[in-house]
Amino acid sequence: MIAETGLTALWLAALLAGLQLLLAWSAAAKGSPDARRLLRPVAVAQGLLACLAMALLIALFLRSDMSVYLVAANSHSMKPFIYKFAGAWGNHEGSMLLWVAVMSLAGGAVALFERSLDERTHFATLGAQAAISLGFYAFLLLASNPFARLDPPVADGQGLNPLLQDPGLAFHPPTLYLGYVGLSVAFSFAVGALLTRSVDARFARAVRPWVLGAWVLLTLGITAGSYWAYYELGWGGWWFWDPVENASLMPWLAATALFHSASVLAARGGLRAWTVMLAVVAFAMSMVGTFLVRSGILTSVHAFAVDPTRGSFILILLGIYIGGALALFAVRAHTISEGARFDPVSREAGLVVNNLMLSVILGLVLIGTLYPLLTEMMGVRVSVGPPYFNSVVGPLALLLMVVLVIGPMLRWRKDDARTALRRSLPAYGLGALTLLAVVLLAHGRMSWLSALGLAVSAAVALASLAPLWKRNLLRTPLFTWGMVIAHFGCAVSMAGMASESAFSVEKLAAARPGDSFQIAGMTVSLDNVMPHAGPNWTAMQASMTVSRDGRVLGTYHPQARFFSEPPTPTTESVQMTRWDGQLYLVLGDELPDGRWQLRLWWKPFVTLIWYGGGLIALGGALALLGRVRRGRRHAPPAQAVAA
Amino acid sequence: MATAAGQSAIKRKHQRLILVLLALAAMIGAVLLAFWALSGQVAFFYTPSQAQEARVEPGRAVRLGGMVEAGSVRREADGVSIRFRLTDGKASMPVAFSGISPDLFREGSGAVAEGAFEPDGTFRATNILAKHDERYMPREMEGIEYDPTTHKVEPAPQ
Repeated sequence: MIAETGLTALWLAALLAGLQLLLAWSAAAKGSPDARRLLRPVAVAQGLLACLAMALLIALFLRSDMSVYLVAANSHSMKPFIYKFAGAWGNHEGSMLLWVAVMSLAGGAVALFERSLDERTHFATLGAQAAISLGFYAFLLLASNPFARLDPPVADGQGLNPLLQDPGLAFHPPTLYLGYVGLSVAFSFAVGALLTRSVDARFARAVRPWVLGAWVLLTLGITAGSYWAYYELGWGGWWFWDPVENASLMPWLAATALFHSASVLAARGGLRAWTVMLAVVAFAMSMVGTFLVRSGILTSVHAFAVDPTRGSFILILLGIYIGGALALFAVRAHTISEGARFDPVSREAGLVVNNLMLSVILGLVLIGTLYPLLTEMMGVRVSVGPPYFNSVVGPLALLLMVVLVIGPMLRWRKDDARTALRRSLPAYGLGALTLLAVVLLAHGRMSWLSALGLAVSAAVALASLAPLWKRNLLRTPLFTWGMVIAHFGCAVSMAGMASESAFSVEKLAAARPGDSFQIAGMTVSLDNVMPHAGPNWTAMQASMTVSRDGRVLGTYHPQARFFSEPPTPTTESVQMTRWDGQLYLVLGDELPDGRWQLRLWWKPFVTLIWYGGGLIALGGALALLGRVRRGRRHAPPAQAVAA
Repeated sequence: MATAAGQSAIKRKHQRLILVLLALAAMIGAVLLAFWALSGQVAFFYTPSQAQEARVEPGRAVRLGGMVEAGSVRREADGVSIRFRLTDGKASMPVAFSGISPDLFREGSGAVAEGAFEPDGTFRATNILAKHDERYMPREMEGIEYDPTTHKVEPAPQ
């Protein structure tokens, strides 16, 4: 019964989305009083129904109901509780249902809480949101029904891919989805504002919290995903330029550009058309990401469903929404009035440079990700990997950081180039000194990209604190604190990346129990390798003692695991975290002569990468909180605006 | 900055036009940069016979995919270096690799080696991808069948 109830809830939600679209049209275009009254409750009800469907799917997974196809194909009754729970979205249908549930809930939130827009634009926004939801409901109900029954039911399921059986999975995909969905809301706002010809500062203020929120979640999702890949895959890398990683990076880049340009629109009324365009691009990137992941068209660990019909369905949705929005933009672009002007040297101009560079990086990542698809259509199989991405994205990211030093120090509207340079001189000076020190101490041992990375990090770290200079810290607004912390986080993260790529030490060895060897001034000894059992796996587990100067730092247990359902071996690496880096331990195969393969890395300051990511997200969250609080205090009541 | 100089030269009332032109220039620049970089950095995929035919130059990063020939895996004394042969039924090539081979790397099943040829014709792999689990394998290897006794390889239906 649970499955049937879930399916009914989904159909009802889809019907309500259709109704919402009609009501929105009638309310915004005709001003029908009935439609105006009904629209908001319908949007909220639609959100609640979609969430009910998701909750019921989770219930099916928790009960291990093997008469449901999705559960049988992806779960197993012996699986630990948390993976039954997370397994609900560890597959194609479940993850699309999660997407739809979150999107409808967001639509409900827009209906309930949005007060700064005028009423017609608000209605048009809700209509756009309903139109997007409708497409995804169709996708779920017609091409990927999560509640399909299996007749006859099987005794037990096939289990979840062991790589995905990790606590990281429990919250990594939902975080990213929340981010994607936040961008769908921004897209709806942009379409709504275009429809009612009201692209102005109020639109920017309404859209900004959603973009910031989405961006914070994407940042967290990417950071968590990167750490997950780092310890779970056991390859020692933290970013592989895998298509699925790029799928999360591209919306992030667009969202970063979008909230920077929205801040120009909100504060100064400039960059109107550009902001609307970025809102469309950001959502397009979310959908391209979904398409890449869900169609399984590119090789990836994440591509669980290889199904061309689903891929083309998403491609069609992408074409309809993005094509439609671009057509609307083309028709309405001339009605977007030109915003306030600014000087070539000003905060606005700095943000234009930020936007242009982020867009270029986005374009490079997009082309690199799609290029293999393009050549495959012509019969040539290629792969585009780190050599391409590092060589084009690396230098541009560095350049962006150089601009980030001076950008926040510029005044709005008009600034003097000479005084601005004087303000940023200490930061650039520190960067130059760092570069000099790095070149002197480590010349020949590191690439110029890493050396420049460290130098630029130092400059940005100092410059990011400049907005707090000579200010009463308690009276500094929250969003200023947010900006400072996020920019500081960029410096921290980049320092970690540069240090990891420049100073990592790797050791590959075959050892018998009792053997020990040296790495980065530490002694690692292999004590023993013993069998070990978990809830749904068995393993060979090594016991390794790490010591420095005769003092034991700890004993660590990397494993080579074997999962029973489905039968799959995996590698469980272990990291010893110190303040100055991580020792990364991997247990490989047993050799015929009784030795064990071991792989070790010492990665200096690698943890800064993810601490930086956390700081960036924290900064975004503070900025969001600051904006929402100020918005509450300063916004005129919605009724007054509507009248 | 060059952009700033350009802007002050022209009158400020053309600001919107300038911004549009800047955006266009940036996008065109991105596309040109991408294709220029791709032409040098992209890694082509070959099976052993295709690689022989194409005479891939030593040192150029490529991916070599095929079946790990039965009985060809040799382990060296250091315990972490292996040598094996990859075959596509028409040709077979020696591969050398140092590291921990992937969990599902074994004789008679598919593998894709990333790396470059050495001047002596050995493929020096920096990374090996093997069939990962029942539902995931290197895309290039889908549908290829291998008979470990006769070394016959059935290519994937095109």
